Amino acid sequence: MMMSTTIIYTIVSLSLLGAVAAVVLYFVAQRFKVYEDPRIDLVEAELPAANCGGCGFAGCRNLAVALVKSENFDGLYCPVGGNDVMAKIASVLGRETVTRDPRVAVLKCQGSCEFRPRTSKYDGAASCAIASALYSGETGCTYGCHGYGDCVEVCTFDALRIDLITGLPVVDDQKCTSCGACVKACPRNLFELRKRWKGDKKIYVACSNEDKGGVARKNCSVACIGCNKCFKVCPFEAIIMKNNLAYIDSDKCRLCRKCAPECPTHAIIETGFPARKEKAQETADTNNVTA
Amino acid sequence: MLKTFQRGGIHPPENKLSAGKAIIPLPVPGTVAILLSQHMGAPAKLLVEKGADVKTGQLIAKGEGFLSGNIHASVSGKIARIDEVQDVSGYRRQAVYIEVAGDEWLEDIKLDSVLDREIKPEGPEIIQKITEAGIVGLGGATFPSHVKLTVPRGKKAECLVVNGVECEPYLTSDHALMLEKAEEILVGVQILKKALNVNIAHIGIENNKTDAIEVMQRLATSYEGIRVHALKVKYPQGGEKQLIKAITGREVPSGGLPVDVGVVAFNVGTVFAVYEAVQKNKPLVERVVTVTGKNVNNPSNFRVRIGTPVSLLIEAVGGMTENTGKIIMGGPMMGKAIGSAEIPVVKGTSGILLMPDTETARSSIQPCIRCAKCVSVCPLGLEPYLLMPLAEMGIHDSLEQEHVMDCIECGSCSFTCPSDRPLLDYIRLGKSNVGKIIRSRKKQ
Repeated sequence: MMMSTTIIYTIVSLSLLGAVAAVVLYFVAQRFKVYEDPRIDLVEAELPAANCGGCGFAGCRNLAVALVKSENFDGLYCPVGGNDVMAKIASVLGRETVTRDPRVAVLKCQGSCEFRPRTSKYDGAASCAIASALYSGETGCTYGCHGYGDCVEVCTFDALRIDLITGLPVVDDQKCTSCGACVKACPRNLFELRKRWKGDKKIYVACSNEDKGGVARKNCSVACIGCNKCFKVCPFEAIIMKNNLAYIDSDKCRLCRKCAPECPTHAIIETGFPARKEKAQETADTNNVTA
Repeated sequence: MLKTFQRGGIHPPENKLSAGKAIIPLPVPGTVAILLSQHMGAPAKLLVEKGADVKTGQLIAKGEGFLSGNIHASVSGKIARIDEVQDVSGYRRQAVYIEVAGDEWLEDIKLDSVLDREIKPEGPEIIQKITEAGIVGLGGATFPSHVKLTVPRGKKAECLVVNGVECEPYLTSDHALMLEKAEEILVGVQILKKALNVNIAHIGIENNKTDAIEVMQRLATSYEGIRVHALKVKYPQGGEKQLIKAITGREVPSGGLPVDVGVVAFNVGTVFAVYEAVQKNKPLVERVVTVTGKNVNNPSNFRVRIGTPVSLLIEAVGGMTENTGKIIMGGPMMGKAIGSAEIPVVKGTSGILLMPDTETARSSIQPCIRCAKCVSVCPLGLEPYLLMPLAEMGIHDSLEQEHVMDCIECGSCSFTCPSDRPLLDYIRLGKSNVGKIIRSRKKQ
């Protein structure tokens, strides 16, 4: 008998306590309610959750908030998710999607030990930012890659590694999401996010040296010397010459590949293309000899 | 009890190999490359063209920025080309190449070595002359002297501090200058006193230069209002803030200038240049450079024309030995290793040091053991062990709160670290990033 009353009292008192607490909590929750747009969670669920900062925001959640707030996605884009993710988000929010050409990071330097002779030895902290602030680098080229891997360190997607033979970073096209972390990390601005062609075809000037031709070539045998040859041969006016340096505008380039064999220093890289025909190869070689 | 600054400081081996040696004038080289940026501020604006004939002392570029100074031809001859030359950092900068023909100076420059005690020009006229002569701080910071002499409104200079400390190991250029040109320096001090309208000047000299202290003290008695102080040897006493603290006991506030505590400080080399500019009409075209090193045959002090390539200086002391690890422009603590011996001497070059490779190799970096030695030696009371990871991770607001901008880059922390951590390298990186943020904030 005693036993059962104890149980009953316990149940009743706890239920009362619970009910009172529920009422108090209900009013507190009403009083301090923070309204959050439920669409933010839906948008965030679509984003890649890499929190890489490639969109310019601190993380995916911040981008989701901005996307929900914005009228027309102006300037907002997730480079990692690309057009697919943006289309999904647009359908969640019932707005028109934005599309951008997919991009991929490329390194505008080929100065390996073989091509770019070392003139001094650096034994300080292994950081490109520090080496760059201290002096012009181990070679005569004051524009090229240091190779201490600041870019590798910041890459969240494991798309960069230092090639142990050339000492230069290599981009894994499959893993690169064009988040742009390497572009920001490189103290010499050697990375560029370029249009990603079908089949990962690439054609670009892999040099950033703005010195005059003679100086550039003396310090690196694969430097762009600003000779204008590629500029003259390009039928689409896609090549811009600035500060003794050629640049291929990927919006105008149609991948005709006429420029690459013209380059006397092989500063223009082409990858992902089928091998050139025999004949074309020969003319390219003779061009190089005459140059 | 000798005076010194209280907080922090270190005692690196002095190695003053060229101490007490006379200043030898180095023969004028065949060509010189005169950089257009030899001061803190923006490069000077070029006034001459290729092919023009110039005389020694002729103005070839005008400093137009706030922290810029005039540049003069240091030799006479023809301007061969206006091209780029590597500066101390290895980056290419604009320079004027002059092919030397004879040594013809401008007519109004007095080349005699007669001591001229009488100071004719008045205050503003003195500052004008110093501006024209392109004088910058010869201690290494290359801060234009005329800017220091123009005291901002609302502030008042009460005394002049002259820096004869030369706390960097190996370097002896200021020491040699004080022994040979003591009277000229004292007249220079009087000129600066007149320009600043102050009555008292303090000259600080570290106690390892007893001969210089003796000479200066003896001669200073015949000049009014100049006191020579012997200071306890401690690095970095040659830092402006440390020297002011040691002599006057005043502390320059964080982010402030010496004039905030009523002091204006000059290096003895600068004071000598001021003497020559005001009394002899001679612009800054040459300076004393120590060329030294443990394996150097004959460590010496040279009077060198600005723009002379470093290789000629090395040749003058008997050439570089096989086992040279680094060529350092400046002293071993704050100097910079250079990548090429063709770099020209600039106004801020106080020494060329050839370090043997056994001493230059860096040891591998070990983890921080929290011994706080870096904190105890920091003359500014900063916490280098903390600043380094903050800079490494790019936490710039915390760096600013921790007063990273107060760092004078003396290198005491890196010198003393038992784990051989590159503290200063990272702090410098943090400083440059925080500096950029502060500047962009000011613009807004």
